[in-house]
Amino acid sequence: MTNKQTSLFRRKLHERTIKYFFFACAATSIVVLFFIAIFLFHEGVGVFRVVEITDFLSGRRWAPARVQPILGILPMLLGSLFVTVGAMIVAVPLGLSAAVYIAEIAPPKIKNPIKSAIELLAGIPSVVYGFIGLVFLVPWLQETFNLPTGFTALTGSLLLGVMAVPIIASISEDAIYAVPRDFREASYALGATKWQTITRAVLPASISGISAAIILGGMSRVIGETMTVLMVTGNAPIIPDSICSFLRPVRTMTASVALEMGEAAKGGIHYSALFAIGLVLFTITFLLNLIADFILHRYKEAQKR
Amino acid sequence: MNRVQRRRFAQATAFALLAFATFLILAIMVGIISFVASQGIGAISWEFLTAFPRSGMTEGGIFPAIVGTFYLAMGTTLISLPLGVFAAIYLVEYSYQGRLIRLIRIGINNLAGVPSIVFGLFGLALFVRHLGLGVSLLSGSLTLAFFVLPLVIRASEEALLAVPQGFREGALALGATKWQSVYTVVLPTAVPAILTGGILALGIAAGQTAPIIFTAAAFFTPRLPDSIFSPIMALPFHIYVMASESAHFAVTRHLQFGTALVLLAIVFGINITAIIIRSQMRKRRRW
Repeated sequence: MTNKQTSLFRRKLHERTIKYFFFACAATSIVVLFFIAIFLFHEGVGVFRVVEITDFLSGRRWAPARVQPILGILPMLLGSLFVTVGAMIVAVPLGLSAAVYIAEIAPPKIKNPIKSAIELLAGIPSVVYGFIGLVFLVPWLQETFNLPTGFTALTGSLLLGVMAVPIIASISEDAIYAVPRDFREASYALGATKWQTITRAVLPASISGISAAIILGGMSRVIGETMTVLMVTGNAPIIPDSICSFLRPVRTMTASVALEMGEAAKGGIHYSALFAIGLVLFTITFLLNLIADFILHRYKEAQKR
Repeated sequence: MNRVQRRRFAQATAFALLAFATFLILAIMVGIISFVASQGIGAISWEFLTAFPRSGMTEGGIFPAIVGTFYLAMGTTLISLPLGVFAAIYLVEYSYQGRLIRLIRIGINNLAGVPSIVFGLFGLALFVRHLGLGVSLLSGSLTLAFFVLPLVIRASEEALLAVPQGFREGALALGATKWQSVYTVVLPTAVPAILTGGILALGIAAGQTAPIIFTAAAFFTPRLPDSIFSPIMALPFHIYVMASESAHFAVTRHLQFGTALVLLAIVFGINITAIIIRSQMRKRRRW
């Protein structure tokens, strides 16, 4: 080989090495995701030697610290579900209203300040929400509804609802913003008012993006939220069974893990049960994310046509 | 009312409701901030910011928690920023659409959706126990780094995508290789926007509690952390233990408010910096 060929060859090799290095970095996320699943399984699988998986999921009692531990996570599964549903009832109307207001109605001058403010709201750490809930909302709810305790599912739902608003608002706003101008113009040309255009042309066209926002920004985040619920829902592993349960303490899956990991002996059954709860949480959020991803992907495919 | 009037009325009502909802959200935010500020400002003093806790955590300051949060945020950013930027370079500059890329994207999206407490469990199992790093600054930084990684990747991707295609073509036309064009033209143009992503990662790392409970945080450390293997105090964890787990939670309320105010000020300071840098960049862009 001549000198020139050698240097060209080196340059190609160099380029290729760099490319593979970048690829390795890009693949990190999926490797980490894989590792998370493996480690949760590895640490959590021990519990299924003591309890059947169906009993684990549907058992109505949680007493992990006893000599013969009773390991049923149904109270926590339902607790998470209750708090999440309550939070969505708060967050979806507020978040969606804000998204429509910012995208379609707000005067240009105040649009960006509002967006920035909502972005800042998203930056408030969850422990601060929990703290405010603890010192303000808990006593207030107790007095207002004359309850034995203000640490209730409702307290958690209200706080988590407010926390989910900025995420739902910003993802939905992107979806609304992405609706082509022609849709609006065609609607106006037919004599529709602005409000009719929003409800009958813009929102239906952005429905996939909005549902993805609700699943991702709302449900997935709220189910996984820890500190806030830990601090304000009372953490009693009682099965919530009616609408009145909103005014009673509940315990979520996330709170159980955070609360009990400190006292669980490393490598023991209790420790393993908490990792199994982690695995359940991981599976739920993973499925929610896949659904949202699927909706968004199909939506993009449909838009290309 | 005729039909036109009815439609106008419906529209006016709907718009008023939407505006009301939006301003309600803003009012809640202002309420939260002013509540914490008004209750917390009394606790803030030079001593509070620079002294160690005293008398079984019922007096004194939060200096070690501020330092711990600073180290943790820096550690997280040092690990996640390079990794995230390199990943974004691959996704934007090198990849073409295909199954593999779609898989990587699904991976990133799903990683972003993993609950923070699950990251805590993962960090406990992998870093603290299996790799033997113990409850330490390093374990916590690694755990948080993977927690913020999807966000850093997305911010960096946006930064790279904002560089006009012509810049790359210009470099290639001058005989640059792919890497040379990325290194000499694309990256320098994208640096300010990439930094914004890094700053946002700082802010998130500073505010997280759940991922560090099992991996890095200590209730009290008598000294400042002297190595990356020391457990640390952190502001968010400090608020949690003082408010929810401490036996003296009622008498230390003013300290808790003070700590919450310091944490909010740090997180907001970081986020506002990012917002300002971003808007400055948009103004200054000449292409």
